[in-house]
Amino acid sequence: MTATSRSPWVLHYDGSSCNGCDIEVLACLTPVYDAERLGVINTGDPKQADIFLVTGSVNEQSKGVVRRLYDMMPEPKAVVAVGICACSGGVFRDCYNVQGGVDTVIPVDVYVPGCAARPESIIDGIIRGAAVLEEKRARMRDVKCSVSKS
Amino acid sequence: MDDFCLSIVGAAAFLAFGPVLGMLLAGVDRKVSARMQGRVGPPVTQPLLDVRKLFAKERSAPNRFQDFYVACYIGWTAFTGALFFAGMDMLLVFFTLSLAETFLILAAFCTGSPFAQVGAQREAYAAMAFEPVVLIMAVGYYLATGGADGGTFSVLDIARGGDMMILPMLGIFAGFVLALTIKLRKSPFDLSMSHHAHQDLVRGLSTEFSGRTFAMLEVSHWLESVMVLGMVALFLANGTWSGVALGMTAAALVWAIEIWVDNGFARMKWQTALKFGWVVALALGLSNIAVLLVIA
Repeated sequence: MTATSRSPWVLHYDGSSCNGCDIEVLACLTPVYDAERLGVINTGDPKQADIFLVTGSVNEQSKGVVRRLYDMMPEPKAVVAVGICACSGGVFRDCYNVQGGVDTVIPVDVYVPGCAARPESIIDGIIRGAAVLEEKRARMRDVKCSVSKS
Repeated sequence: MDDFCLSIVGAAAFLAFGPVLGMLLAGVDRKVSARMQGRVGPPVTQPLLDVRKLFAKERSAPNRFQDFYVACYIGWTAFTGALFFAGMDMLLVFFTLSLAETFLILAAFCTGSPFAQVGAQREAYAAMAFEPVVLIMAVGYYLATGGADGGTFSVLDIARGGDMMILPMLGIFAGFVLALTIKLRKSPFDLSMSHHAHQDLVRGLSTEFSGRTFAMLEVSHWLESVMVLGMVALFLANGTWSGVALGMTAAALVWAIEIWVDNGFARMKWQTALKFGWVVALALGLSNIAVLLVIA
């Protein structure tokens, strides 16, 4: 494990969630679960974030924001869809204004289903997201090496 | 050892061990804060992991000036610390400290982000609040070491002088410790940038900083923490090893108080910070100076 996976800073965005998953995301930081012991920081700044946690389905209003936040995050970055709505649209899937899960707008690396997702599984999702970060970082380094060689 | 060698050793020791010590201070801060909140907290070396991660991130800057200004900030912060631990002129130390601060404010102002700009304005207010205390401290040292007959601004001479300066400068010491909360950007005066998410200014001053730019800012904080704690220790230095030990104990105690204050208070407005800084400087600092002038 390198520093990249031991310091996953999280950006949390609510696509159109009922706040159930949002409360569970914040519960991860409370004394009971204490995600900070794993190096997790809940940052409000996409430019300093490594993992993008999206709760709720994506609708016409929020898809531009999700896209923009994702684009603002520097590589390596990972996306974790928290809750069944973020995974697939959930019960809101067929609503006229709902586009679907987060993966209809940006590439998702980890799916954390549940209604609401439990803090344990959210932390598990972040850890898997950190593993994705690690892979992406290794790939970035390889690309850099091959570019400098050629 | 002659003065020149002593200065070189002091500056080199700061540049070599300052970042390590500062990193540990930041790590202890996070650990102790977590324990105060009933959490386990990250490992003490977490700040180092954060910085190493930030250096591995993709580079992205809103313009080409920001990185230059942040580089100037870390450069001048390191230079200021080196000057202080080399035992140079205290006035020079404080002027270069303000210069470093100015570069940080410029780095935030040069970005287009309104969050960063408001953060930069607040940082300027915080600098205004902190500066009077520091200037009064320099005057206090000059008067306490003898004033017109033999007074000195040299940090080395103050540290080697036989007397602990905390006794004649008790008011200034108290003012300096109180104002440190502003300098270290701890709550209730973490108005220009805060490490907490979900606040009014996103990341304030550092909103546009990412990757290695943000890493440089973190390292500057480490250096700054070590330097200001060195200034706390200077009040107790009397040229002996016991003075050094006492100074380091006082510095550790001040750091603990800062962590406690950080966790115990909600954020206040910049107006309060400015009033607090100036009232502390004027009430404690100037009355201390008046006493020094009377007894001289």
